[in-house]
Amino acid sequence: MSGLDWNSAFALEILPRLLQGTMWTLITTLASFAVAAVLGIVFAVLCDAPRAIARWPARALVDFIRGTPILIQLYLLYFSLPAIGLTLPALLVGILTLSIHYACYMCDTYRAGLSAVPKGQREAAHSLGLRRRQTFFMIVLPQAIRPIIPMLGNYLIFLFKETPLLSAVAIIELLQTAKLIGSETFRYTEPFTLVGLIFLVLSLAASWVLRKLEARYATGRYGRSTSPGTANEGPRAPTRNAQPQA
Amino acid sequence: MNPDSFLLILSGAATTLDIAARSIVCSLVIAVVVGTATALGGSLVRFLLTVYVELFRGTSLVVQLFWMYFVLPQFGIVLSEHTVAVTAISLNYGAYGAVIVRGAIVAIDKSQWEAASSLGLRRLPTLRYVVFPQASVFLIKPLGVLFVQLVKATSLVSLITIPDLTYRAYQLNQLSMQIVPIFGTVLIIYYLMTKLVAGSSSLLDGYLGTWRRPGAVKP
Repeated sequence: MSGLDWNSAFALEILPRLLQGTMWTLITTLASFAVAAVLGIVFAVLCDAPRAIARWPARALVDFIRGTPILIQLYLLYFSLPAIGLTLPALLVGILTLSIHYACYMCDTYRAGLSAVPKGQREAAHSLGLRRRQTFFMIVLPQAIRPIIPMLGNYLIFLFKETPLLSAVAIIELLQTAKLIGSETFRYTEPFTLVGLIFLVLSLAASWVLRKLEARYATGRYGRSTSPGTANEGPRAPTRNAQPQA
Repeated sequence: MNPDSFLLILSGAATTLDIAARSIVCSLVIAVVVGTATALGGSLVRFLLTVYVELFRGTSLVVQLFWMYFVLPQFGIVLSEHTVAVTAISLNYGAYGAVIVRGAIVAIDKSQWEAASSLGLRRLPTLRYVVFPQASVFLIKPLGVLFVQLVKATSLVSLITIPDLTYRAYQLNQLSMQIVPIFGTVLIIYYLMTKLVAGSSSLLDGYLGTWRRPGAVKP
């Protein structure tokens, strides 16, 4: 085998199947991101819990999960859950693995955001008679999340690029679709090249959107922008008096 | 777990270490060369290297691995699995590293270049003796994080049938069904490896940071 062997008709023929795989990749990415974003808050709160008995196991677990490959974690869950009588669909196991792994990364981001909210905010909420839970969800969390949104966006892109490893346990996402096409037709050039292109286009688009969002949040943070292009672009984040260090 | 399984796991760990070490060295070289060139090169060089960086950062490492494994032979380039693994990981992580290196070099104040030039230093000596030593302080931590990710990413090479730690774990799992002991051992080995990389990067950071950070006093 030598020389470039590219068949455009074949590429066009398999494109719909690959786009269907892309849809599953996107669904997996978004679902994992949503679960990870919530789980990350739980981990962050546990890691900074006032009681050492909650704090240290949480920190150790987060450190361990971050220090080990996601693929092994995927295998572990995929093979061991049925052994304890819990047979979940492969896609669910994949989403679970990705979200636990990324929650551990987001955990530190949330912790930084949470610790950047001035203590006076909690005290003020307390003096107004708000309970701890109310203070956290209504006062502290909204302020903590805003400066870390760009970071969370980066994790969304990382997560997206991590999804092809789910094909290792035969979850039908984009890469698995390409592998299936390859094994049916013995042609690998077109499917894998198209997969690469689809990833490239989507992640470039995502980072472009993210940069736009970041710019918008930056203008919100430092007051009204004077540049003519961004002067009247709809609602923006309000300026805050107490600035967390983003 | 019987001793044979453990030996198999250890042989897998050796393969993983080998691939990780080679990839770290190669990606470091790529990162420094590409990062410096994108920071200082002409517009054509910058454009070409930016295309490389965005290409490898924009597509997934798994996809790159499979592409090199299945598609490169179509171009008449037949590489061994080991070479494919090291090349893909190095090009991918080199691209991420290049951005870090570029940032560190750009962060060095322009006046440093001007001062060096007024002392009669040419571009390369300025880079070697003035800019790199200062930029290295900003490099160690982010590159350390990157290489921790790299060590974890080597597990993906098992998907192109390289008998690394992950592959051995998968294989033993199919044979013996001792899920938790096998994957537990393997997870701990990976954890130790990433801690080794993270630990040495923070040691190096502490060592360099004591005397190279701006305003620091040499002990």
